[in-house]
Amino acid sequence: MSLKIVVLAKQVPDTRNVGKDAMKADGTINRAALPAIFNPEDLNALEQALRLKDAHPGSTVTILTMGPGRAAEIIREGLYRGADNGYLLTDRAFAGADTLATSYALATTIKKIGECDIIIGGRQAIDGDTAQVGPQVAEKLGLTQVTYAEEILTVDKAGRKIVVKRHIDGGVETVEAPLPIVITVNGSAAPCRPRNAKLVQKYKRALGAQEKAAIAKDGAELAYADLYEKYPYLNITEWSVADVEGDLVQCGLSGSPTKVKTIQNISFQAKESKTLTGSDKDVEDLIVELLANHTIG
Amino acid sequence: MNNVFVYLEIEGTTVADVSLELLTKGRKLANQLGCQLEAVAAGSNLAGIEKQVLPYGVDKLHVFDAPGLFPYTSLPHSSVLINLFKEEKPQICLMGATVIGRDLGPRVSSALTSGLTADCTSLGIGDHEDKKEGKVYKDLLYQIRPAFGGNIVATIINPEHRPQMATVREGVMKKEILDAGYKGEVIKHDVAKYVPETDYVVKVIERHVEKAKHNLKGAPIVIAGGYGMGSRENFDMLFELAKELHAEVGASRAAVDAGYADHDRQIGQTGVTVRPKLYIACGISGQIQHIAGMQESGIIISVNNDENAPINAIADYVINGPVEEVIPKMIKYYKQNSK
Repeated sequence: MSLKIVVLAKQVPDTRNVGKDAMKADGTINRAALPAIFNPEDLNALEQALRLKDAHPGSTVTILTMGPGRAAEIIREGLYRGADNGYLLTDRAFAGADTLATSYALATTIKKIGECDIIIGGRQAIDGDTAQVGPQVAEKLGLTQVTYAEEILTVDKAGRKIVVKRHIDGGVETVEAPLPIVITVNGSAAPCRPRNAKLVQKYKRALGAQEKAAIAKDGAELAYADLYEKYPYLNITEWSVADVEGDLVQCGLSGSPTKVKTIQNISFQAKESKTLTGSDKDVEDLIVELLANHTIG
Repeated sequence: MNNVFVYLEIEGTTVADVSLELLTKGRKLANQLGCQLEAVAAGSNLAGIEKQVLPYGVDKLHVFDAPGLFPYTSLPHSSVLINLFKEEKPQICLMGATVIGRDLGPRVSSALTSGLTADCTSLGIGDHEDKKEGKVYKDLLYQIRPAFGGNIVATIINPEHRPQMATVREGVMKKEILDAGYKGEVIKHDVAKYVPETDYVVKVIERHVEKAKHNLKGAPIVIAGGYGMGSRENFDMLFELAKELHAEVGASRAAVDAGYADHDRQIGQTGVTVRPKLYIACGISGQIQHIAGMQESGIIISVNNDENAPINAIADYVINGPVEEVIPKMIKYYKQNSK
């Protein structure tokens, strides 16, 4: 029996590979210096969704992401790996959203997309590490949730049940929960399958409206413009606040209860440290000193 | 009304350390604010639970005792907090940044439209002036956490929304009994009034909890390896050194990501926080997330090829040399001199 699955995915700066030029002289973040990537745990979530699609023929996997025009890249990446379609939620009104305003926007969009069985995303995004958006989306949709999922074991669509193995502190548990449901997937779950060459061929020219506009703005002409009329799947759907009938007050900065008061660059209280070499004498002297003052031994 | 609340995480009938640590912090915040400290216990067979809780200076303990409340599932515990908070209107709510706290906190904050800050490394009380609006907010909770991959530290506030919610990882705060005979009130609530039957929809079929394989948090000596260890084989040398020194082995996130060490050994903001008397950092550059998890160590030794590694700035001893040479020397000279 087929399932309708929505994958929540986010384009994030790759904070794991922060180089020396990541911070500007004034202490703000130089976003341009950080490559934008598919949030790693969202890829684990995509894999779980694609496995369900494999096991339940006729299922659809829809990618939902929120971000600027260039975040259409996330949808293309999902299409390359086997997703069926995607929505890019993009509007200036979403800017400055904390997790609560983000979950409002996503939940409103999921209602607009319509009935679905499983909403699945990564446990957390590496640019914030909060793990809040999944449960907040669930609460806003009035659904239950399974967080820290390791593997979806079975889905019984007729019986409206799903069985999931998940992590808990110091162990694992297996839970049975009702559909529809929100699931967040842990980074230790199965890695995402690679891009499929045929799908890359099929979708490599898929573009969002803002991406097309950016090409036109540069004075260039959109290559193979006629393809976009002939193959509607090459047009990545972009939705604004108005398209999803969102309440502006609950979006972006105004919908965010948390405010950033101050941001500080990291500076440590430097200690007076003793520098040694790796020579036998230096290492032995240190060990003898630590033994003498009972730090070790 | 408007007190400081701590959600107690309970495994079986034992309150988790992280919750007791938060009670200690919550007591201090309540003193600063001149309000009371309250705690919420939800679980099964909780008779006598107050003995574990009140000594931390808890003025009021709310007990929700029903068969369906253990093991934890999302909806019933969410309903307990959401409905209790609608009545009690706490100004602050703290919970552990554990699997349970990170499952529960966001749901509660979403239902109450209140702000939640995850994984705080420090909490304080202070004022805030919104110059644009010309408003001054008194006695807000400063929720301090590293952000953006740890390159900055942000202070987050929730000026308008209550409760101000924050999660904190285990080991970040210190637990301290205030008074073994502290007198607090115990309120046993009728669970059915707070949790609708329809909340009990998730069944835990199988559950397996193991005691931690190591005692990283309580170890007096910690030897931690980073990406600079270069390989799993090199990393394993740290276990040899640890065996000699009776130490535990930890790792940086980069080392865990590279597969040199298991995830449960990760030290730092998204791992364990440690305060050993001796910390030996091997091949660790010292990103802020890592330092957040070990900076209160007594003596810090950094073994690193890179003399400019940030961790060297907080180290008492810097051994400037290749880890794969220095570690065997440390083992050798310890064996020679300790007898």
